[in-house]
Amino acid sequence: MLGAGMDTTTFTKKTLGLETVEPALTPPTGNAPAFTKKPKLGSGKSRTKKREMPEGLWTKCPTCETMLFDKELDENLKVCMKCNHHFPIGSRERIHSLVETCTFEEMDAAMSSVDVLHFKGASTYASKLEAYRKNTPLKDAVVTGLCRIGDQRVALGVMDFNFLGGSMGSVVGEKLTRLIERGTEKGLPVIIISASGGARMYEGMFSLMQMAKTSAALAYHAQRGLPYLSILTHPTTAGVMASYATLGDLILAEPGAMIGFAGPRVIKDTTQAELPPGFQTAEFLLDHGLIDAIVSRQAMKAQLIAYLEFFTAGKKAAAAQ
Amino acid sequence: MKHQLDFEKPVVELQNKLNDLRQHPEKHSLGISFEEEIRMIEEKLEETRRQIFQNLTAWQRVQLARHPKRPYTLDYIRHAFTDFHELHGDRLFAEDRAMVGGFARLGGHRVVVIGTQKGRDTKENILRNFGSAHPEGYRKALRLMRLADKFDLPIVTLIDTAGAYPGVAAEERHIAEAIAVNLREMTLLKVPIIAAVIGEGGSGGALGIGVADRVLILENAYYSVISPEGCAAILWKDRANAAKAAAALKITALDLLKFKLVDEVVPEPLGGAHTDPAAAAANLKQHLLQNLEQVLAQSVAERLQTRYAKFRAHGHFVEQTESTANGVVPQAAT
Repeated sequence: MLGAGMDTTTFTKKTLGLETVEPALTPPTGNAPAFTKKPKLGSGKSRTKKREMPEGLWTKCPTCETMLFDKELDENLKVCMKCNHHFPIGSRERIHSLVETCTFEEMDAAMSSVDVLHFKGASTYASKLEAYRKNTPLKDAVVTGLCRIGDQRVALGVMDFNFLGGSMGSVVGEKLTRLIERGTEKGLPVIIISASGGARMYEGMFSLMQMAKTSAALAYHAQRGLPYLSILTHPTTAGVMASYATLGDLILAEPGAMIGFAGPRVIKDTTQAELPPGFQTAEFLLDHGLIDAIVSRQAMKAQLIAYLEFFTAGKKAAAAQ
Repeated sequence: MKHQLDFEKPVVELQNKLNDLRQHPEKHSLGISFEEEIRMIEEKLEETRRQIFQNLTAWQRVQLARHPKRPYTLDYIRHAFTDFHELHGDRLFAEDRAMVGGFARLGGHRVVVIGTQKGRDTKENILRNFGSAHPEGYRKALRLMRLADKFDLPIVTLIDTAGAYPGVAAEERHIAEAIAVNLREMTLLKVPIIAAVIGEGGSGGALGIGVADRVLILENAYYSVISPEGCAAILWKDRANAAKAAAALKITALDLLKFKLVDEVVPEPLGGAHTDPAAAAANLKQHLLQNLEQVLAQSVAERLQTRYAKFRAHGHFVEQTESTANGVVPQAAT
């Protein structure tokens, strides 16, 4: 069940223009504006390359069906201006929306997965990895680094669903563990933003063990009295849910995000029961007591700053006494 | 034998024949000696057993791990432990009978033993929810583990579950959180923890009581991130390819040992633990005791450090620095 939905080979309509986004948060420099490039139409591949799309592309909101002008949608952090539907967002854009300009120092940017089991399925893991590395600007499903949010130094990890369904293999586990350990060592809060189908089955038991590894690192981070904030975005499920995603001092979620342990189809097949309305959404989990708050993408940064101030102010006051 | 797997058939047939011959000593009165024949069948049985069970495929081992006659947690507690006092409830919501636990003695040691429990028949399986625990099971396990920690009792966990229960109620009460908290908290428990996968090691549901100083696995048990059927459904869009998935996932005891994902493989009687549960339990007891005594000998600081380092080390990846990005052999790390 940890593999639920991880085998996503189809991309969303577009990969959110990640290809030419600067890796860190340096201000954009001399990139050719999108409209100077001639759009390639008709080939299936070009659908994943936003920069090759014609200027003035519109996106239809899947919730309210409003046609949204892409430029405005981008400026609104990929949130529907009309109904607040949260479109998926890549890790780089997410980081850009949260951290202070030029403060993101990426860690372990060059780490990448290996096919340790020599996994042979319908296609090999090695070929999958190659395809995703080629078709996305990513090396794996998480970007980690130290940064500043407001006045607060933070260890930040952001998962990316565009890489193999955000599945957690050795690289995701190792990068997050190093991030948490760095946070512990430097006395920094940790924030992890999840988007994942769960453990990466192509790495077999190595994937499962990342759950224990990341949770163990968080145990020592918590032991030092440091804050950990977990943010759940669409979708967060399975092995990621059953490890660091649910271990936050605060657990926040984006509106409408699908969040759960077992996949809805697995539950339906196992129990032969109808699933309740709104099952496994952020709102459902708020009602059932798992989530501290649902925070929209535009409000997230200000909320994080506010929460962090409460955590650090309490410590400071106690230390002063 | 009522329950048998396809590949067990030749062995079971010979065994039945042998039992028949042995059970009819009256035939000896006719002056015919069966001794020679019995000896021949015994030899053939041994040979057949060896041939079949020394080269099992991953899928065959999965089937053995799920064998309806395979000893379950309470069978091992009965055979390998003494003085078991079962303790119930998570003090939060309910008593989950898919997870059993309590005080027991292992050799000369007083311990807390915890394990997932399957049912032997339909009625018991309903009670035990087929060995798939709800959040309450994991919270009960943690309650008992904290109890053990408070009173300095080592912890032994026995793992045999297809996975944590995928149901509406389990989601509503946050099974993912229950497992995650166990992973975090088990990291910091000061007492020794020895885990043994005795049958099915089903993913997060198994790991939820599996963070330990030593992780043992029985020879024909498996431990996997996803069920072979689930993996086949995703990769081949057909659960019938479970055998292929089982092989690809590298889930057998020996594969896991090779990758250092488990510490030790506990041998089973030839033919599987169900052919001689008492012998299987004796083996398990010996391995549990041996590991427990080694971990008991460590100081608490050393124990916690070793436990952390052990899970910290799991993973394979490459790190290419800027200068090695173009064709230079990347440094492999494990």
